[in-house]
Amino acid sequence: MAQTPPGAAPAKPAMRRPPAYPERPPADPAMLERGKALYGIRCTFCHGADARGGSGGPNLLRAELVLNDKDGELIAPVIRNGREGMPKMDLTQAQIADIAAFIHSFKVGGYDISRMTPLTIVTGDAKAGEAYFANTCARCHSTGGDLKGLASRIPDAKALQQTWLIPGSGRGEGTARPKPITVAVTPPGGKRVEGRLVRVDDFLVTLIDSDGARRTFSRDGDVPKVELKDPLQPHKDLLKTYADKDIHNVTAFLVTVK
Amino acid sequence: MKIPGLFLIAGLAWAQDPALLKKRLENDWPTYSGDYTGQRYSKLKQVNTTNVKNLSLAWSSRVVAGPPAQGGGGFGGRGFGAPAGPPTIVGGEGTQDFGGAANIRASVLSVDGKLYVSTPDNAWAIDARDGAVLWHYYWRTRGGTHIGNRGLALWGKWLYMETPDNYLVCLDAETGKERWHKPIADFNRQYFSTMAPIVIGNKIIVGTGNDLDAPGYVQARDPETGDIVWTWWTVPTKKGDPGLETWGSLEGAMHGAGNVWIPGVYDPDTNLYIFGTGNPSPAYTNPPSRDGDNLFTCSIVALDMATGKMKWYYQMNPHDTHDWDSSETPIIVDGEFKGRQRKMVMHADRNGYFWVLDRLTGEHLLTSRFSSTVNWVKEINAKGQTIRDVAKDSSVPGTLVSPNNYGATNWPPAAYSPDTALFYVPTVDNYAMYYLTETDPRGAMGLGGKDEQQLAALGVYMTAIDYKTGRIAWQHKYPSAGGFGAANGVLTTAGGLLFGGDNAGNLIAYNAASGKILWHARFGNVSNAPQTYLLDGKQYVLAAAGDQLYAFYLQ
Repeated sequence: MAQTPPGAAPAKPAMRRPPAYPERPPADPAMLERGKALYGIRCTFCHGADARGGSGGPNLLRAELVLNDKDGELIAPVIRNGREGMPKMDLTQAQIADIAAFIHSFKVGGYDISRMTPLTIVTGDAKAGEAYFANTCARCHSTGGDLKGLASRIPDAKALQQTWLIPGSGRGEGTARPKPITVAVTPPGGKRVEGRLVRVDDFLVTLIDSDGARRTFSRDGDVPKVELKDPLQPHKDLLKTYADKDIHNVTAFLVTVK
Repeated sequence: MKIPGLFLIAGLAWAQDPALLKKRLENDWPTYSGDYTGQRYSKLKQVNTTNVKNLSLAWSSRVVAGPPAQGGGGFGGRGFGAPAGPPTIVGGEGTQDFGGAANIRASVLSVDGKLYVSTPDNAWAIDARDGAVLWHYYWRTRGGTHIGNRGLALWGKWLYMETPDNYLVCLDAETGKERWHKPIADFNRQYFSTMAPIVIGNKIIVGTGNDLDAPGYVQARDPETGDIVWTWWTVPTKKGDPGLETWGSLEGAMHGAGNVWIPGVYDPDTNLYIFGTGNPSPAYTNPPSRDGDNLFTCSIVALDMATGKMKWYYQMNPHDTHDWDSSETPIIVDGEFKGRQRKMVMHADRNGYFWVLDRLTGEHLLTSRFSSTVNWVKEINAKGQTIRDVAKDSSVPGTLVSPNNYGATNWPPAAYSPDTALFYVPTVDNYAMYYLTETDPRGAMGLGGKDEQQLAALGVYMTAIDYKTGRIAWQHKYPSAGGFGAANGVLTTAGGLLFGGDNAGNLIAYNAASGKILWHARFGNVSNAPQTYLLDGKQYVLAAAGDQLYAFYLQ
C-alpha cells in the first residue's frame, strides 16, 4: 500500500484476449440431464455419444445447422421431418430444446484436452533400444553416469523422448536448460576471446566472457574468425539418421533408467 | 486526389483501368504483390548494387492498434510531445477488443504519396514522405482467430479490408470513414478471414477459412456494393461436384476445408485468377470420410474471372496430413523452359518442394526439393506430385518429420527476377515430433488429434532457385538457426538487388545474382516482405518490424 507514489494510477491489469469464438452459456442442469437421456435414446446410435458422428450419422458439432442453432429452432424441423437416411421423430418442442441444449454443451473446436486419452507413447523394444544406445548415444553419455536416474527425473515418457532427442525441446518440461552455445572470436593478430554466445548474425557476434562481461565484435566476412560450438550439434546431426523405430526403442530403454 | 490507373466513368461508378492489370511494379504498390504477376520485382533501379551501401533512413513511424482509449492511432513523423495523432474512427459489429501491439505482417499499399497499412481489426493511412499517420480505422470485433491480416485492396477512392470476424469493410481512402461492411463468412462456423482482397477489373476477390472443417471458398464481389458475383468452393459441397470421388464421402468433402488465406495472381491474357488452396481437414488424422486425394486442397487452381468456373487445377500434395497448406502466392513468369518459351506459374510449397506449371493448361513442368532435410515423401509420381509416406503420419509413439508444421517455407512472399531468372524464397530446414492423440478415426476436427512438439531448426536460409533445373542457384545460410520458422518474405528489383529480413532482426540487401550481402540495417524482427516505391524522384525501400515502419532512401 505504502509503496504507491501519490497520484500514480493503479497498475492496469494485463489485457486478456477474449476467446476467439465465445462458448455458449451453460444450460440449466435439469435440461441437460433430460437432453442427455433423450439424445442417448434417439440420437447416439447414428451420431455417436460424443456427437462426433457414428454409424451413418454425421458429426453434429461441426454441422452448419447445429452451429447456427440457438435453442432447437433449426434442429426441430430436421428431427420432426427427418432427412435422407434419418427417420422423423415425434418429439415436443421442449424435448427438442433439451436435446439441443445437450448437443450445444460440447466444446466445439479442434483442440479438446478431454479427448487426449492418456496413451502411453512407449511402444518400442527396450532391448533394441539399449543396443542402439550402446552404439550411438554411449559415445557421449552413460546411463550409470550423466543419465543416472533419468526416468526418475523425467517421469513423463513424452517429455523424456523429446529431451533425449533435443534437450530443452518440445515444451521444455524435461530438464534444466541445455548447455549454451559457446563461441570463440579471434581478431587478426589479436587475442582469442571465448564465451557464451548471446547472438550472432552476418554482421555482429556478441558473447559473455568468463568475467561476465558482454562483448560485441563487428564481422566482415571471415574477419574476425568466429568459431561456434553448439553442444547440441551431435543431437541435431543425428536427427537426419533416425528411423522412427530407433527413437521408440531408445525411449523404451530410457524409461527404465530410473 | 489523383488516382492512377482508374477512370471515373459516366455516373458515379469507378472502373479499374485495364492497363493496370498489365502494368509492372514500379512507382506505386497498388495491390498485394505490387502487380498482378506476384513477382515482387520492381522496375525501379535508382537504388542498385553499386549505391545500395549508401541507403539510409528516411523516416520511421509507429502505429498503435486498438480503440482510442488505448491510444490507438500513431505517432509517426510527429515525435513524442508533438500534437496527438488524428482521431481513431471506430466501426464494427462486435464488442470485443483483442488488444496487443500492432504486428504488421502484411503488404502495404503505396499509391499517390500515401501508404495504407493493416493489422487484424486496424487500418492506417500514412504519409509516404514522412511516416505521419493521417487516419486510423479500428474495427471492434465479434472475435475470430486473430492470426493475421495480409493487407488491403484499393479500387478508386475505396479501400477494402477483411476482418477476423469475417466482414469485408469498405473505407474512404481519403478520410478512413467507413462506407459499408458486408459479412463474407459464417462466424458461427468459426471462419476467420485474413486475405488481402484483390481487385481485378470490376470485381473484388475475397477468401476465407477456418479451423473447424468448414469448406474454404473464393468469392468475387462487386466493389461498389459488396454483393456476391460468384463463389468457388475449394472442396466438393454437393452431389455431382467435381473431385467428390477423391473423398471418402460427401460429408467428408464438405467438411474438408481447403482454406483460402492468401491472395493469388492474375493473368490478363487468359483472364485467369490463379491461387493456392489450403490443406484438407481434419488436418492430421485420416478418418474414412477423407479417404483419397482430397481435391481441390493443396492445389494451384485457375479460375475464369468472368464466370468463377475452374479452368484447370494441379494438386501438388494429395491427401496432406501435416497441415501444410499451399496458400503461398504463386508467381507468373514468361520465360524459357526446355528450349521453349512458356507461360508458367511457379510455387514454393510449405511441404519443402518447388513446382513449375504451364499456366495456360496446368501442365506439370518441374518438381524439385528445396529443403535438404525433408523426410516424408515416398515418391514423386509421374504427375510430379509429392506422394506421402504413410509411416510419416502422426503416430502415438511419435513420428520424426521434416519439415515441422510451419513448413520449409510459409506464406511470406517469394519473388522472381526476370533479370536473373531466379526464384527467391526464405526457407528453413527443421524437424518436429508429431504425436497422434486422437485414435478414434471419427473424432478429430480441425487441427485437433495431434500434439506436435518442436525439435530444432538445422538451418535458416535465403534461397535462390533456378526454375529451369529446380536446382538451388545460391543459398545464404544465416549464422544462427534460432526459432523454428523461415524469414518473412522478399523483394527483388531491376537495380540487381534482393531485399529480405534475416532471422536476427536485420533487413539485408543482396546482390540478386550472386547472393553477396551488400547492405543491412538492424531494426528488430523484420515482420513483412520489404517493398519499394518512388516519390518526388526518390526510391524508397520500406519494411515493417512489428508496430514500426522504416523507410530508407539514398541521401
